[in-house]
Amino acid sequence: MNRRVVWFGELTTPARLYRRGLWLLLPAVVWILGLLVIPGLSLVALSFAERGPYGEVVWNFSLENYARLLGYGLFGWSPDTLFILLRSLWVAFVTTLVCIVLAYPLAFFIATRPPRTRYLWLALVIIPFWTNLVIRTYAWQMLLSPDFPLAKLAQTLGLLAPEAGLYPSPLAVYIGMITAFLPFVVLPLFSSLERMDHSLVEAAQDLYASRVRTFFQAIWPQTLPGLTVGIILTFIPAMGMFVIPDLLGGAKYLLVGNLIQQQFFASRDWPFGAAVSLGLMVMTLFGLALYRRRGKDVDLV
Amino acid sequence: MRLNPWVGLAAMATLAFLYLPMLAVAVLSFNKTRYGLQWTGFTWDWYVRLLNNPDILEAARNTFVLAALSTLVATLLGTLFALALGRYPWPRKSQGLLENLLYLPVVTPDIIFAVALVVAFGAFRTVSSLFEPGLFTMILGHITFQIAFVALTVRSRLKSLGHDLDEAARDLYASYGYYLRRVLLPLLMPGIVAGAMLAFTLSLDDFVISFFTAGPTSQTLPLLIYASVRRGVAPEIHALSTLIFLVTVLLVLASERLTRRG
Repeated sequence: MNRRVVWFGELTTPARLYRRGLWLLLPAVVWILGLLVIPGLSLVALSFAERGPYGEVVWNFSLENYARLLGYGLFGWSPDTLFILLRSLWVAFVTTLVCIVLAYPLAFFIATRPPRTRYLWLALVIIPFWTNLVIRTYAWQMLLSPDFPLAKLAQTLGLLAPEAGLYPSPLAVYIGMITAFLPFVVLPLFSSLERMDHSLVEAAQDLYASRVRTFFQAIWPQTLPGLTVGIILTFIPAMGMFVIPDLLGGAKYLLVGNLIQQQFFASRDWPFGAAVSLGLMVMTLFGLALYRRRGKDVDLV
Repeated sequence: MRLNPWVGLAAMATLAFLYLPMLAVAVLSFNKTRYGLQWTGFTWDWYVRLLNNPDILEAARNTFVLAALSTLVATLLGTLFALALGRYPWPRKSQGLLENLLYLPVVTPDIIFAVALVVAFGAFRTVSSLFEPGLFTMILGHITFQIAFVALTVRSRLKSLGHDLDEAARDLYASYGYYLRRVLLPLLMPGIVAGAMLAFTLSLDDFVISFFTAGPTSQTLPLLIYASVRRGVAPEIHALSTLIFLVTVLLVLASERLTRRG
């Protein structure tokens, strides 16, 4: 290997380049492999193990954890675990849908501001995005508690029992999730709308298209790349979310994130926790496969 | 382009929806009464108590130590990773693999990330008691997700630099060390700083990974807020949350200015 090459102005040999490159690469690669990839893969092995009587891991091969995931427990079949999985999918779906509906007007509004003030409006969306999620969730807990006007209003309208709060409830979980993920849809949508070709909108209007038709035929197709990114950024983390259902949902509205957390804390059942995590991972990979196909040419804000 | 007034109205309502809860917390942090939500008068009391509460000060210190140390290591490793990815002629296949490795920590859901770390530390514990849950394991965990964000930021700066200045430096007989110090690093600096800022903020903001890897003595602010919310809310926590929110606002506005100018 004495072939000489010029690489970024340096006269060197390929062997020397590779050697130096490897040294630069090694620390980060070893770190990510050692703390994320290998432990992640070992979850597969762990999910086939059993829980010992004191919460330790017993390496007996069994399919029990997957049977439990499908609902086959000690007392026959019950749909509880499956319900939690399906509910997580459903909550993520509804959250994404509502976020999209709310994000369009907001992103549109910001994109049509004059350039001087546009980034200030954008900052108003970025601020909640960077505010700690625990704080935002607990703020909703406050706002939905029995003494606050929102709950009082629901009480007088007869929607709530007197003295009851709006949380814990599924509604509170949806509200928390929607406000948490809204910026994730607004930001990529904004970057699509900002680069939108307005002559298409004008052409549609010149040809007497109705407002609805203008939106769906001239605007919507141009925002698809940003929208795809927004959907991925919302749907995937929403499935695994555990802070919001934990603080706003109460014990009756568990999501898959809570189920995983329980296995690693209260129940100390790591093998089952690993099986549930892999279930979530499969759902995630499926979502990412969609992303790979659709949203390639978009960069995040 | 003219905007339909209903669109503007919907946008305003959505923004209000985003800010309403924080506003309520901020107002309550100045409320005199300890129990209930009735407004009984203005006070700074909770802020004063906050600054005299040893638990909260300890958590604040932990949060910053965690963020600072993890950012330091992650910035170094991430920058090296970005250089290796952007400046070396890897065969196509290995380049693809490395790219996937770079994106993996970004796309892995928090909770699965946290579970993987728990399993890793569980295995390491059988070798050394250093890996008992605590500040050390939290730092290791945070570095793991920060590396990728730093590397992505630095790499995008590296891509925009091109070959010319490197070639000019070497044509003028700069040694490798001199070229690194006086050409490459100064040019990369904005990217490195941006990456480090992102890593620092992500660490301050993180809850899930801290929650899974923390020990009894390594409380951080988000963990402390979570724990006290589960016990029942105290006005000090309103004050603390309001302060953190204000810091966030300042940071976002400052970084907006920086990025729009630079």
